[in-house]
Amino acid sequence: MKYMLLMQFSEKNVDFPKLDEWKPEEIQAHIQFMKETNAGLTDAGELVDAQGLAMPETARIVRSHSGGAPVVTEGPFPESKEWVAGWWIVDCDTEQRAIEIAAAVSAAPGPGGRPLNMPIEVRQIMAIPPTEL
Amino acid sequence: MTAFEPTVDDLLRTLAPQVVGVLTRRYGDFTAAEDAVQEALLDAARQWPAEGVPRNPRGWLIQVATRRMTEQVRSEQARRRREELVAGQVPADRRSAPGADAGTEGAHDDTLALLFLCCHPVLSPASKIALTLRSVGGLTTGEIAAAFLVPEATMGQRISRAKHRIKDSGVPFRMPDGAEWPARLDAVLHVLYLIFNEGYASSTGAALRRVELSREAIRLTRAVHTLLPDSAEVAGLLALMLLTEARGPARTGPDGELVPLAEQDRGRWDTAAIAEGVSLITAALPRGPVGPYQVQAAIAAVHDEAPTAAETDWPQILALYGVLARISDNPLIILNRAVAIAMVDGPATGLALLADPPPALTGHHRLYAVRAHLHELAGDQEAAVADYRTAARRTASLLERHHLSLCAARLAAQTGK
Repeated sequence: MKYMLLMQFSEKNVDFPKLDEWKPEEIQAHIQFMKETNAGLTDAGELVDAQGLAMPETARIVRSHSGGAPVVTEGPFPESKEWVAGWWIVDCDTEQRAIEIAAAVSAAPGPGGRPLNMPIEVRQIMAIPPTEL
Repeated sequence: MTAFEPTVDDLLRTLAPQVVGVLTRRYGDFTAAEDAVQEALLDAARQWPAEGVPRNPRGWLIQVATRRMTEQVRSEQARRRREELVAGQVPADRRSAPGADAGTEGAHDDTLALLFLCCHPVLSPASKIALTLRSVGGLTTGEIAAAFLVPEATMGQRISRAKHRIKDSGVPFRMPDGAEWPARLDAVLHVLYLIFNEGYASSTGAALRRVELSREAIRLTRAVHTLLPDSAEVAGLLALMLLTEARGPARTGPDGELVPLAEQDRGRWDTAAIAEGVSLITAALPRGPVGPYQVQAAIAAVHDEAPTAAETDWPQILALYGVLARISDNPLIILNRAVAIAMVDGPATGLALLADPPPALTGHHRLYAVRAHLHELAGDQEAAVADYRTAARRTASLLERHHLSLCAARLAAQTGK
């Protein structure tokens, strides 16, 4: 079963300073943790893909427009204070295991080495229909 | 090429488990043997179509794989010690491939032993499936990765870790003992069943290869049936696969949408597969003991033999689900039984059976789907629409969500809600 783990960032669910206020070694430790976690998931044969997303300042909303060119705007976003910071797609045996992986990445170190405890949304990826019994 | 002329692929898939078996028995290292045979298979897939199949393909593969194994061993750090070990283990008269007239004694036992090894309890279901497809099915890592829609590196690691777990567990390459035999055969059949489902359950878009997975599951189960013709459960599983696969062409509509059993065009069912499945299950049932695959095959046979949905022998299906509920603890049986009882005694009786579902079914999308169907039969369209919508929200299957949403929308339009 494949799961998408969405790292949700919002001003109200974190109590740590913005990334540009972290010390370089804290950022380094955070990156190292993510690299090691992904290497571990690859070794386990569970990682399908993982990416971090650029800051929402760079995001664009695109809508098709009947009879004209698509409309591209800088927002409005559904809730400007909440955004997806990155995601993993893992292929594992159980939902329990997906939750374990989410818990591990949620504990990525932040300033002072404290775990960020960033909320990670676990969503099963829509797949094939189950065979009838 | 005619249907009776085996392709190079067919030949390689048949020979793969035999060659892994020979090398594993000879050198006692499943991990290295499996790697070497993979490379030999790739060599053969490249060379044979162009240069023709060698006169003794099995000997050719054994020779090339042995050479590959020696190369691997050489490149390892403990080079000298390992070389001596390998050389010392091979009697002088067996350092070259056997002659073209050499028999293939033990080949069948090797295939079974390999299946038991790949379906070892220390492995996760995903690893068992991957390892079985590669070592016994002869599929490449790339092919397996494509079928499961994961990167090749991920699948490669999964297989490699599975092999190392087997190595670390110290399980010897042999047939399991009498006492552990039934449990291990159950595991093998379960893995074949999972491979079949993986292939059967999807039929759209990028999933073309998956049809090959269900065919591969049937081919492997057929091989196990040939090796163990007296096992009624093996025959039952093969029959279940054939009877299910027979409905495959009618199961999706022109746009890939799901078509429920009752609405399928039975003219598109594969009558030859149905005939073979029915004859297998008819012969197996009296041999006993009756296991869950046989009962499921019997249920599939009753469905497949009905000329129209209306002529389905529901009392017999209901009786079979009663048997199945006694020998299997799968909670989904309760749902299927509720449908059967509704068809025999009316939807109210089916709904009553689901009034107090076990915890495993609480919140399960199929509970809502079945209830929706029974409410619809009972004429309670409002309750049906609500349950169809809940089921659509809760399923993790795209095709099923489309189907359930359509059911809800169709009913809602009728009632104007």
